Amino acid sequence: MGFQVEKVNDVLVVDVEGQLIVGNRQELKQKVLDELENGERKFIVDFEKTGYIDSSGLGVLVSLSKKVRERGGELRLANLNEDLKTLFELTKLDTLFHIADSREAALKGL
Amino acid sequence: MAPDLVFDLPNDLASIEEAVDFVMERCSACGEDPRRLRLNLRIGLAEALANAMLYGNARDPSKRVKVEVAFHESTITAKVTDEGPGFDPYHLPDPTTPKNLMKAEGRGIFLMRKLLDEVHFNDRGNSVTLVLRLPPSRDDVGVDGGAMA
Repeated sequence: MGFQVEKVNDVLVVDVEGQLIVGNRQELKQKVLDELENGERKFIVDFEKTGYIDSSGLGVLVSLSKKVRERGGELRLANLNEDLKTLFELTKLDTLFHIADSREAALKGL
Repeated sequence: MAPDLVFDLPNDLASIEEAVDFVMERCSACGEDPRRLRLNLRIGLAEALANAMLYGNARDPSKRVKVEVAFHESTITAKVTDEGPGFDPYHLPDPTTPKNLMKAEGRGIFLMRKLLDEVHFNDRGNSVTLVLRLPPSRDDVGVDGGAMA
């Protein structure tokens, strides 16, 4: 479990492996903020290998999205399974994020 | 009716996953709707435990969280109790309003109420009981929660 980071063209893709929860949200937050400080502005968080997000995980995504936008960048989400999509819909966070069905779709236009 | 499972946890967020797995594995009648278990109960219980540890017990490592779970033919009931002073769960902001959507916090109890069929707090506000109804057939998988409490 953890977060794997790779660069695809000029987009930083973060793979969330396992869960994004109260116990590890700070790690994701720090990774993205460090990259933001390094000048990265385009981010995709890829949930293909993620089974579970809790409210803290949702919260850190909201917080990161805001910070990235404040620096003129964009953060998109990709590969949410049906359970994760349900959570975003219930909390209306599907209206806040650009959510793509695949990494490739998320990369387009970024 | 006495609960089927009673245990207490240290006030350590790292113990939540194992505790939720422990409960899920022991629900022998719960195979009828795996998605409601996997999504609704798992998240609802995990949120209740996290809230108890972070807010109820104020991250105090000396405090503990008590968990009581009862498996009935058509329901699972989970009660989570912390050692804190309690709070008022009936006047919480709606995290889905435009003003609150950008806030990082405030979605835990909202999700519990959306995912579980019933959510009851005791008068003091340091104990929450979650009820998930198990449908009689496998026709419908999904959320179907919507607690009024």
